[in-house]
Amino acid sequence: MTVPADPTRLTVAQARDCLAAGDISARELTAAHIAAMDSARHLNAFITETPDLAMAQADAADARHARGASHALDGIPMAIKDLFCTEDVLTTAASHILDGYIPTYESTVSDRLKAAGAVMLGKANMDEFAMGSANITSHHGAVHSPWRRPGDDRPLVPGGSSGGSAAAVAARIAMAATGTDTGGSIRQPAAFTGIVGLKPTYGRCSRWGIVAFASSLDQAGPMARTVEDCAILLQVMAGHDPKDSTSVDRPVPDLRAALTGDIRGLRIGLPKEYRADGMSDEVDRLWQSGAAWLRAAGADVVEISLPHTRYALPTYYIVAPAEASSNLARYDGVRYGLRVAVDGGDLTDLYEATRAQGFGAEVRRRIMIGTYVLSAGYYDAYYLKAQKVRSLIARDFSQAFDSVDAILTPTAPTAAFAIGEKMDDPIAMYLNDVFTVPASLAGLPALSLPAGLSGDGLPLGLQLIGRAFDEETVLRIAGVMEQAAGFTALPTSLSTGSDGEA
Amino acid sequence: MAETAPVLLQGRTGPWEVVIGVEVHAQVVSQSKLFSGAATAFGAPANSQVSLVDAAMPGMLPVINRVCVEQAVRTGLGLQAKINLTSVFDRKNYFYPDLPAGYQISQFAHPIVGQGQVIVDMPDGTVRTVGIERLHLEQDAGKSLHDQSPDRTFVDLNRAGVALMEIVSGPDMRGAEEVGLYVTKLRSILRYLGTCDGNMEQGSLRCDVNVSVRRPGEPLGTRCEIKNVNSIRFVRQAIEFESRRQIEVLEDGGVIDQETRLFDPGQGETRTMRSKEEAHDYRYFPDPDLLPLVLDQAWVDHIRAGLPELPDAKKARLVSDYGLSVYDAGVLVADQAIAAYYESVVGDAGGKPVRDPKLAANWVISELFGRLNRVGTLVTDSPVTAEALGGLLDLVADDTISGRTAKDVFDVMWETGRDAAAIVEEKGLRQVSDSGAIDAAIDAVIAANADKVAEYRAGKDKLLGFFVGQVMKATGGKANPKMVNSRMAEKLKG
Repeated sequence: MTVPADPTRLTVAQARDCLAAGDISARELTAAHIAAMDSARHLNAFITETPDLAMAQADAADARHARGASHALDGIPMAIKDLFCTEDVLTTAASHILDGYIPTYESTVSDRLKAAGAVMLGKANMDEFAMGSANITSHHGAVHSPWRRPGDDRPLVPGGSSGGSAAAVAARIAMAATGTDTGGSIRQPAAFTGIVGLKPTYGRCSRWGIVAFASSLDQAGPMARTVEDCAILLQVMAGHDPKDSTSVDRPVPDLRAALTGDIRGLRIGLPKEYRADGMSDEVDRLWQSGAAWLRAAGADVVEISLPHTRYALPTYYIVAPAEASSNLARYDGVRYGLRVAVDGGDLTDLYEATRAQGFGAEVRRRIMIGTYVLSAGYYDAYYLKAQKVRSLIARDFSQAFDSVDAILTPTAPTAAFAIGEKMDDPIAMYLNDVFTVPASLAGLPALSLPAGLSGDGLPLGLQLIGRAFDEETVLRIAGVMEQAAGFTALPTSLSTGSDGEA
Repeated sequence: MAETAPVLLQGRTGPWEVVIGVEVHAQVVSQSKLFSGAATAFGAPANSQVSLVDAAMPGMLPVINRVCVEQAVRTGLGLQAKINLTSVFDRKNYFYPDLPAGYQISQFAHPIVGQGQVIVDMPDGTVRTVGIERLHLEQDAGKSLHDQSPDRTFVDLNRAGVALMEIVSGPDMRGAEEVGLYVTKLRSILRYLGTCDGNMEQGSLRCDVNVSVRRPGEPLGTRCEIKNVNSIRFVRQAIEFESRRQIEVLEDGGVIDQETRLFDPGQGETRTMRSKEEAHDYRYFPDPDLLPLVLDQAWVDHIRAGLPELPDAKKARLVSDYGLSVYDAGVLVADQAIAAYYESVVGDAGGKPVRDPKLAANWVISELFGRLNRVGTLVTDSPVTAEALGGLLDLVADDTISGRTAKDVFDVMWETGRDAAAIVEEKGLRQVSDSGAIDAAIDAVIAANADKVAEYRAGKDKLLGFFVGQVMKATGGKANPKMVNSRMAEKLKG
């Protein structure tokens, strides 16, 4: 194919073809993205930019191309969420407490991307320790969505926690990005910014080297602008890792080949319990449109029931903070990161001062919730009960999958909101995850794709949930829906030809 | 021999029963740590054996070391315990600088090994069975170094993540002596199994001792836990002090606070470490980084088939097959290397002992042990090998030398490491069994002691010893004492 005037508009699949054909060099492609990164800095999508490293990696990709030894992602410029530890590159998890932390190691997922030739533009901003749904809890400041409501200059949230990754991909700074999803942190920001995000089955991607939030839920996944690109990326990211005991030893199928475009005869469930409070009419209408596209493509759309859905959010907000309270105990000021010493103070003072200053309000809130629900006398009432409910939620899904091949739901109850809205009410904020959390608790693969625009002209996403380790079916259906939706809207900053700033 | 602690302690107001349970922390013999590949060697420079996992760097994950699991199963089998085919690793959350992750990975609700038992031989010949409640695997913590700088504390993480087996006994023991014997026996079993080197000086085996007292027949009293006692002598001292302390408090009308105490070997006393009010809320929950540990019964059976003969079985065999006393057999089997040495001295010829097992036991226990203990040497480093000692016993058995001479020869062997036969030849110690020479010596003694001969013949039988002694003296100890005895008795009859 011919290279467009602005190569940042290419998809990963297109860029691979152009690079393979020699129509563009990795150096040119990377330089174009670094220029985009420069001009979109107001979005605050990155915590750390690594343009020099990116150019060096691009040159190495070009050299391999010249030798005829190209790798799967050679020269593809990506943003890596700052939750992934990257060798010799500052890694903060968007927290003050990891000030100056430069790992000596590379996370398995980012290492696989690196080994496949991907170019790292920088470390994407995010909610602190991935706790948040709006990317407003980062120590390095909120990320602004590249989208605006028409006639409204207020910056919008990109969603969270992978908000920097989503903003970078939507704003055409990065061709793709890594995200992590614990309760919706890939899917919800993908929906808010009009891109595709895939949370793989728990165990599909290694968690080794990813700063832990909630170990039994965290899963890395791709964020890109097309379903096909997500398939290409996950192919590289996924696979067994003996360094992660929860990583599953089973082969990764050819995911791109799964995109046959044929979903005739597949049965898709619409769970009636997802018609929840707080869902806007336009989201409901979009959901019905999605169902209609599937029917038109020959799928069988049926109503199903996931009766324990309404317990998912409270369950999640017990399990995730419980694990987080334990996972974040290692940030104590003793070995790395921030240390706040107190004059004349003892060890407890060191811990308290370091953690009080090092963690932001949302992280502190969740640590305290988690500590409470695990504490002696409350364990049975909260944590243990939550685990039981979690099993019931997983059972709901496995029973549903006896009769359907995938489940279609909205990704989030509303479109993106403005920075400052909803911020004083953590519960309202947690409701953002109401549709994404159940699949997380069940460990199932789930994908969000852009399916239309809200009345305010903002992207809305639909979510497809699949059987465990059946990313193929999810991608296949998503590919068909992507065709049907024909989502071509560009973020405000790009469609107006300006960077979106007044 | 240590004094046997009474089962009941006499207080001012009457007798008290001391109830004791022990938690032993035994370091697993393995090349690498429980959840990381870092080495476990003792005495390495600080922080030279620390992986990213041990230091709890961000994003690090534990991966179970199969060898440590195998060692725990082996130990469980050696304790005749139930092996749980499914067990779960939990996090035990607390803050301390030598605990880098802020939690210890341990097993709480579902340990790898369930109930078992240890048989303890009491000095009076009776036997006590101490119940094992459980054995679970857990990580050790690192070490804070407070003495390297006046104003700083350093942390050494070499030990952080090393695998420990926590072996929890029931509250089945009733005195310091019994506890000492229990820990000794447990250590012996672990060493036989090769699952823990039992080296208390290096911290490979540490004891937490739970002590309470009660009036005989009453329910359990409030217990105090004495943490990290690192020698069997200190275990005994700590229990003796603590039980008397608790009795005094109760007899003075006080109550025992449930608390954690530490033993001060310098003062010989226990002191409060932290009270129940300050006790940690560990907030246990299943470690989400680790799947439940599921074992295959066939694998467990394979480990069982590879177990060595353990002390109890070996002792029973030595008693039944070799006719040793229970006491002697117990002494010999306490240490696997000693037992092996002994069995090597006895020798094996198609299932039959080559040498007199009882004689061999006497030599090993009284002659060898005495010297080993005096110089603090292990049997494995003995200058006299089992083969050499066997050679010496052969010389006694075929009357080449007397038992008396053998002891002198053994002294030379101990000093020089030389062969018994060579020493006997070189020093001309071969005993005289020539009846002519012996008769001549006897005749000379009788002639020189006519008065005593008369006394003997008048009925003073005890003088036989005197005559024999004179003959031995005259022959430089080389005369065959058995021959001297019989021929002297004959000649004295006249």
